[in-house]
Amino acid sequence: MANRDIVWNVVKKCFTFGIIGVTVSDRYASIVPIRGASMSPTFNPRATSLAGPVTGDYVLVEKFCLQKYKFSPGDVIVYRSPCNYKEKHVKRIIALPGDWVGTRQTYDVVKVPEGHCWVEGDNAECSMDSRSFGPIPMGLIQGRVSHIVWPPQRIGAVEKKYPQGRIKSN
Amino acid sequence: MTNGFDSSSVNCKIQGRREMAGLRRLAQLKPIAEEALAGTVFVAKFLCGLHVANTYICTAALTYGPSMLPTLNLTGDFIVAERLSTRFGRVGVGDIVLVRSPENPRKVMAKRLMGMEGDSVTYVVDPKNGDWSETVVVPKGHVWIEGDNIYDSNDSRNFGAVPYGLLQGKIFWRIWPPERFGPLEKRKSNEGVL
Repeated sequence: MANRDIVWNVVKKCFTFGIIGVTVSDRYASIVPIRGASMSPTFNPRATSLAGPVTGDYVLVEKFCLQKYKFSPGDVIVYRSPCNYKEKHVKRIIALPGDWVGTRQTYDVVKVPEGHCWVEGDNAECSMDSRSFGPIPMGLIQGRVSHIVWPPQRIGAVEKKYPQGRIKSN
Repeated sequence: MTNGFDSSSVNCKIQGRREMAGLRRLAQLKPIAEEALAGTVFVAKFLCGLHVANTYICTAALTYGPSMLPTLNLTGDFIVAERLSTRFGRVGVGDIVLVRSPENPRKVMAKRLMGMEGDSVTYVVDPKNGDWSETVVVPKGHVWIEGDNIYDSNDSRNFGAVPYGLLQGKIFWRIWPPERFGPLEKRKSNEGVL
């Protein structure tokens, strides 16, 4: 009987902490690992495109930006892939609605439609981003990457940067 | 000199008595504080539970606007949408879904799914001026959504197929108005109101 009480208490505690944890990670902030080299050198600077074990960075993703959907160019965001809703990708916002973006390969200029944004990886060679599938709806955005939290020698805020020459905003 | 010493010791005593009284009062306050803390924790847990139920299981929404006539009212229907089938990819053509608008991420709209990825969808381009129709293939990871009232609806015919990740839930039950209380069933895709 006493044993059952203990087990019941432990289960209840785990359940409560689970629910609180899910709520905090949904609404406020969560920590996610980053795989792949598409954002190198900002994340995973030593990763190469194909080589085996990749030492992943862990980053802090804040969700407060989802209340207003206000972003600025240069923000690093997490979004659901438009090709597969189960995948989440990390890329940098290059242009916001109303901006004109020059694409490097085809040399034409694209206008970002209302409610969309243009995202690109820092590592242009191996990045699947708006250059292949066009601007993404901002509703797919799941959070903004604000800090690197692991490994310890790389702890710090993620800086904003974006190519000035290619964007013409209205 | 002695006077001063005496008065200071008296002061000390008074101070001490005051502190004792203060402590006693604090001791009286302690159960109230504990109760308040327990209440706060309970409310916080309750809100967390509410959030989880609302994000992962089902949510209620108020829909209005002309785009889903005659299925959903113009002036406001109170509906319940479940989140599980969109999360696990178990929605199909004919379901009414909640979609985050691709044009304004803060807006969520109710539309009917007309095509999943890989389907070819035929739609009337401009139903007000003739019945010229066009056929498109829905790209990978996207869905085609249309309002039931094709004459007054801002949907995939304007902005194209939307990514599946924008789906927020499947509407399955109507609560308000009470005379139409009940489940919202699937409709075949080509039974459109033309």
